[in-house]
Amino acid sequence: MSLTKVDAFDASKYWQLSDMVSLRDEEFGALAYHHVNRRLVFLKSRELVDVVRRLGDFESADDAITALVAPDQHDRYVAALVTLEKSALISGR
Amino acid sequence: MGAESTLRNRFERGLAAPICLTWELTYACNLACTHCLSSSGRRDPRELTTNEAKALIDEIAAMQIFYVNVGGGEPMIRRDFFELIEHAVNQHVGVKFSTNGTRIDRDAAKRLAGIDYLDIQISIDGADASTSDRIRGVGSYDAARRAMDNLRNANFGQFKISVVMTKESVEQLDDFETLAKTYGAELRLTRLRPSGRGVEVWNELHPTLEQNRGLYQWLLARPNVLTGDSFFHLSALGSPLEGLNLCGAGRVVCLIDPVGDVYACPFVIHDEFLAGNVRGEGFAAVWTSSELFRSLREPGNPGACASCGSFDACRGGCMAAKFFTGLEMSDPDPECVFGHGEAALAAKHVSIRPRSSPDHSRRVPVTLSSR
Repeated sequence: MSLTKVDAFDASKYWQLSDMVSLRDEEFGALAYHHVNRRLVFLKSRELVDVVRRLGDFESADDAITALVAPDQHDRYVAALVTLEKSALISGR
Repeated sequence: MGAESTLRNRFERGLAAPICLTWELTYACNLACTHCLSSSGRRDPRELTTNEAKALIDEIAAMQIFYVNVGGGEPMIRRDFFELIEHAVNQHVGVKFSTNGTRIDRDAAKRLAGIDYLDIQISIDGADASTSDRIRGVGSYDAARRAMDNLRNANFGQFKISVVMTKESVEQLDDFETLAKTYGAELRLTRLRPSGRGVEVWNELHPTLEQNRGLYQWLLARPNVLTGDSFFHLSALGSPLEGLNLCGAGRVVCLIDPVGDVYACPFVIHDEFLAGNVRGEGFAAVWTSSELFRSLREPGNPGACASCGSFDACRGGCMAAKFFTGLEMSDPDPECVFGHGEAALAAKHVSIRPRSSPDHSRRVPVTLSSR
């Protein structure tokens, strides 16, 4: 159970919700809790929750965002994933 | 800032399930701390059985409650203590448990070190034996230090040292920081509440306005010191402290007591804040449907604080602190940083200080035998 980070966030690579994280739906989006670093993170929209949940179904984070989010929102979602990666909520391969 | 306050409003309306909950496993305790929130001492014969406790853990896991703060009483006194926490962590329910440390001998420390998703908080109430033992009883400080030594020797990893802020302990902040450093531990400071047996000592032991101001500055400079959102009433002094800065009672937290009664928060074990019992309808039903919790999630009345420019920062303070000092919910917190609470208390001709309804205090003085 190591917290070592493989690399920083690169949207052209594969990412998935970390298996150390519990994600719980709430009215405003979801609460995520990382069981090892004990961080509690708020995902403040349903759309972002959907992207995070289904991230692992796509070859890359870019693919996931392209498929699930309007084009003009692409960069905002990449920025959100950067933040989530910093808290170790999502992990690479 | 705008987005943060919207999020806070949502929290105040309640969540699908608590972020975390406090579960006092037993009222039995081998110490008799003067400020005990749960007036613990003697086991209650109606306490949840092992099977009932496991069923509750299953329900907690199903509701995706991320972690449980386990306390008591002294939780390690329960014979099924390890069985229960292992049952929880096996289902990804994190456990943070508070202990006086008396039961963490070398073997227990080794066993604890082998469990993932486990946090341990060892309580002391002074940076030296005489200060701490005045509150927790003779021998309790040394016992807590032995537990810390044992955890360190067992390579448990980072544990927490938990201290209640009193008039005396608040003068030792730097010593606590040093002690935590020597163990590689995290420091956790919490507020003295007039709850449980604390009602008897709060007047004499709670920090002064001046001390609270000093504590606020000290915490502001040390965001890594944990507080469990204890001191949000101090956020009226300026920048908010770390945490959600709101009263989470019945909205994002609650308490389950050893007999399965569900209260709004760990600091209000009193009939007036009893929402239901897990034995009947189950915990989820109490959380979502209890009349008490629904009313706590209604927008609050700022009352006497309405005209104060800092209401948005402190939200009127702690419900339990008001209740057990005889103030109304619409009054300021008794430790309001602007002194409005002290004034409100002084203005009352008659003040009725409610007592915690269940009292499991022992009737004879407790002595801790040293090993």
